[in-house]
Amino acid sequence: MNDKQSRSTIKYDLILVGILLLAGAAIFLALFLGKKSGGSVIVYVQNKVIAQYPLDTDRTELIHGLSNGTNLLIIRDGSAYIEEASCPDGLCKGMGKISYDEQSIICLPNKVVIEIVSENKTEVDIIAK
Amino acid sequence: MNKTEKTALCGMLIAVAMVFSYVESLLPPIVAIPGIKLGLSNIISLVALYLISCPTAITINIIRILLSAILFGSGVSLAYSLAGGILSLIIMIVLYKANHFSIIAVSIAGGVFHNIGQLLMAVIILGTSSIMYYLVVLWFTGILTGALIGLAGGLICRLLPADIKRKLEK
Repeated sequence: MNDKQSRSTIKYDLILVGILLLAGAAIFLALFLGKKSGGSVIVYVQNKVIAQYPLDTDRTELIHGLSNGTNLLIIRDGSAYIEEASCPDGLCKGMGKISYDEQSIICLPNKVVIEIVSENKTEVDIIAK
Repeated sequence: MNKTEKTALCGMLIAVAMVFSYVESLLPPIVAIPGIKLGLSNIISLVALYLISCPTAITINIIRILLSAILFGSGVSLAYSLAGGILSLIIMIVLYKANHFSIIAVSIAGGVFHNIGQLLMAVIILGTSSIMYYLVVLWFTGILTGALIGLAGGLICRLLPADIKRKLEK
């Protein structure tokens, strides 16, 4: 087994790693540059659509979730995020800002989901007020 | 090495690989992203591949995955590990047999493909392609961890006494 590797492999190694690095960069470009900015945020509480807001208008909305739970939704500069939440773990606050199609922020305790959809899609079948 | 010795050796290596993966799971996650692991047990796969034989490496890997999933994991974790493990084994064996690549390069490829396999399985199981964005992170951490594991494996292969290596080969 020693003799097998005593011949120089460095050239092939570099080619292989080079190909992998390039492929990685290509994947990055393909995935992250092709994204379209979403058009609006849909708010789900317990899987029912509560509201839909466009991303281009700054606003602050208090979402009422399960059992008096609340999440403060901020839309600013084309992104949406949760700033305050009544849930014990606060994971939804840590999920950062979303602005691209299909991105979502979830608050499990309050059963709140906010999701970005593109402009022409309206998933609004029911709006519960 | 007769059959008994080989069986005992495989058993021991599987156990070591399982301990590696268990210890790894105890370490605090370095990165915030779930699923990023060092893959220490792949050191065993590499060493088995390079110093013993292909079939042995495959056997050790698959049994280790099965046992680890039974003891520490769930049905889903088995699917992920199997997908990653098999895909990475395939690429590593192909590259190893090609005889032109160092152990580090083989391990790098193995690391990348392990992550690809796991992510593909996750896409299938979760039924959504939105997690494909993870591929970027997993791709480069696969390269990095593959390199580290390859370094460790290469060290072992180099530092083992020659008479032990000769015994393993047969």
